[in-house]
Amino acid sequence: MSEPQQTTLDVADLTVHFGGILALDGVSLRIAANEIHGIIGPNGAGKTTLFNAICGFVRPDRGSISYRGRALLGTAPHHLARLGIARTLQGLGLWPGLTVLENVVVGSPLRPPFLSSMLALPRADRLEQRLAEEARQILDELGIRTLADASPAALPYGVQKRVIIARAIMARPSLLLLDEPASGLSAQEMERLAQLLDRLRHRMSVVVVEHHVDLIMAISDHITVLNFGRVIASGTPEEIRGDPQVAAAYLGEEVPTTETSADA
Amino acid sequence: MSLSALRWPPFVSPTLGRHLAMALGAAVFLLLVSSQIGAYDDYNLAAIALFAIATAGLTVLTGVNGQLSLGHGALMAIGAYTTSLLLRGRELPLMLVLLASVTTAALIGAVFGVAAARLRGPYLAGATLALALGLPQIPTRYKGVFGGEEGLTVSLPAPPNWLGVDFPRERWLAWIAIAAALATMVLLANVLQSSVGRRFKAVRDHEAAAALCGIDVAQTQVQAFVLSSGCAGLAGSLFAYWSGVTAPGGFSIPLSLQLLSAVVIGGLGTLAGAVWGSIVLVLLPTFTGGMASNLNLPSSVGNNLPLAIYGAVLVLAMLVFPYGIHGGLGRLLGLVRARWGQTSTNHKGVVDWDDPAPGG
Repeated sequence: MSEPQQTTLDVADLTVHFGGILALDGVSLRIAANEIHGIIGPNGAGKTTLFNAICGFVRPDRGSISYRGRALLGTAPHHLARLGIARTLQGLGLWPGLTVLENVVVGSPLRPPFLSSMLALPRADRLEQRLAEEARQILDELGIRTLADASPAALPYGVQKRVIIARAIMARPSLLLLDEPASGLSAQEMERLAQLLDRLRHRMSVVVVEHHVDLIMAISDHITVLNFGRVIASGTPEEIRGDPQVAAAYLGEEVPTTETSADA
Repeated sequence: MSLSALRWPPFVSPTLGRHLAMALGAAVFLLLVSSQIGAYDDYNLAAIALFAIATAGLTVLTGVNGQLSLGHGALMAIGAYTTSLLLRGRELPLMLVLLASVTTAALIGAVFGVAAARLRGPYLAGATLALALGLPQIPTRYKGVFGGEEGLTVSLPAPPNWLGVDFPRERWLAWIAIAAALATMVLLANVLQSSVGRRFKAVRDHEAAAALCGIDVAQTQVQAFVLSSGCAGLAGSLFAYWSGVTAPGGFSIPLSLQLLSAVVIGGLGTLAGAVWGSIVLVLLPTFTGGMASNLNLPSSVGNNLPLAIYGAVLVLAMLVFPYGIHGGLGRLLGLVRARWGQTSTNHKGVVDWDDPAPGG
C-alpha cells in the first residue's frame, strides 16, 4: 500500500434534504493536497449542492466535512476565505459596480481596518497599493492585465470567467472550488483553462464541478461521479472511463449491475 | 499647478492628500462666495452644506451599499434633538455638541442597522419608513423632555470675536456648515476609494460572492448604516442651529423622501451627486415659492408647488439623466473630451470623478 497522501478536504456521509428531495445521499469523498479532483454527473446530481454544503450555504442533515483536520460544518461562508478556501459561482457573481482590478483585489482577505481606511492612513494606502499590484500580476498571469480598468459587465463571457478565477486566486487559497468553469467557453479558451489549472495545482488543491466530461478526463487526478445525490463511481480517469455505471448515468444505457443481473 | 502637487507631511497619504487638496480648494472658493453674498443667501448656503452632509451619507448607504432608507429624516431628528437637549439652558462648545450628535445618531443607527442587515428590498424600505413615521411621535408623546409639538429652541452660534463685532451670524453658520460638510466629504471620499468602499459595493452587487471573498455581509451593512447615520446626525445637529427650533414637524416623512429623491436626482452613489441633490433640495422650494407669488397663485397651490415640481424634476431627471445630474454632466464632459480626441469615460459613458481605480 502506498503512503497516504495528505488530505485537504474530507467529506464523509454527507446527506442533504430539500423538503422531500434527497439532494445528497451519504456522499463521501477525499480531496488530496495538490490534486485536481473532478466532480461530474448529470443535471441535478447534487454537484453544486455539495459545494454549497462545503461553503456553509446549505446545512446538511447528516455527515461531516473536515478541512485540513478541522471540522468545517457550521462555519459561516465568509470565514472560509481566511481558512484558505475559495470558490467560484456558476452564475459568476462579478460585481459590475467595480472594475476588473477592483473585483480581483476584493478577493484578498487582507484589508486595512475600517478607521484607517476612513482616514486614509499611509499604512492603509500602502496595503491598498500592494494588493492592487498583486491583483495586476494575477491578471497578467491570466492574460487580461490590459482590462484591469474595464467594467466586467462589458466583457465577453470567457473573459468574465477568467476574472472570476483571478478573484479566487487572489485569496491565495489552498483549496479552490470551481463550479462549471468551462461552461460557455470556446475550445481554445477551454485549452487555456486546462493549462491554468495544471499550473495552479502546484499551489493548491482544485475541485472542479463540470459538465464537460472530456475536460475533466484530461485534467483530473481523481474523479468522483454523482448521480441522484449518490457517489456512483470514484477513481482515476481511466477507471471512470471503463465504469459501466457511469456510462449508464450519462447515456441512459441498460447496464447489467449486480442487482439487475440477480433479478434476471 | 495642480493642487495635488502640494507637499504634505509624511502622515498624510497620497489619497488623503488628494482629497484634502480638493476640500481646501472648495473651502477657499466657498468662503469667498460666502463673503460676497447677503445674510439670506448665506443662510441658504448653510442649508445646502448641511443637507449635503445628509445626502452624502444617504448616497453611501443607498447608492454604494444598496440599502434603501426612507427614514433618514428621522436620523437627522436624532442629531437635532441631541443638539437641542444638550443646549437646553446651557452653553456648550460647538465641536462637542456636533460630536455628541454624530455619536448619538451613529449609535442609534447601529442598533437599527443590525435589524436592517436582516432585511432586504421592500422590507428594509418598510422598516426605515416605520422609523420615519414612529420617531417623530416620541417628542409629541414626551412633551416634558422634548418640548412637544412646539419643540425646543436653539440659538445661532455666536461668531468668534476676531471676526469682528458685526460679523453676520448667518455667515458664521454657513462657514461652520461648509467646514463640517467638507470634512465629511474628505472622510467619505477616503472610504469610497478604499477597500471599505469596494466591500460596500461588492455587498450591493452580489452578496453570496462577497461572502465567499471573506466579506461579512451583515457587518458591512451595519458599518454602512452607522456611517450614514453619523452623517445624518451631523446634518441634524447643524439643522437645529440653522432652523433655530427643533420640532417633530420638521422631520416628517416628506423630509426623508426629499433626501432620497435629492440623492437620486443628483446622481446615486456619488458624492458630487449628493451635493447637486442638496442644491436642488434647498433652492427648489425658494425658486418655486418666488414663482408662486409672482403668478399670484393661491397659497394652497403655492405651498404644494415645491413638492409637485420636485416630483416633476425627479421624473424628468430619470428620463433625461438616468445617472442623475452628476452623471449627466459627466456625459456632457465626456462628449466634449471625445471631440477633443481624449477618451477617459468609463463603461456608462460617465466620467468618474469620485472613484478612479486605485493606482489608476
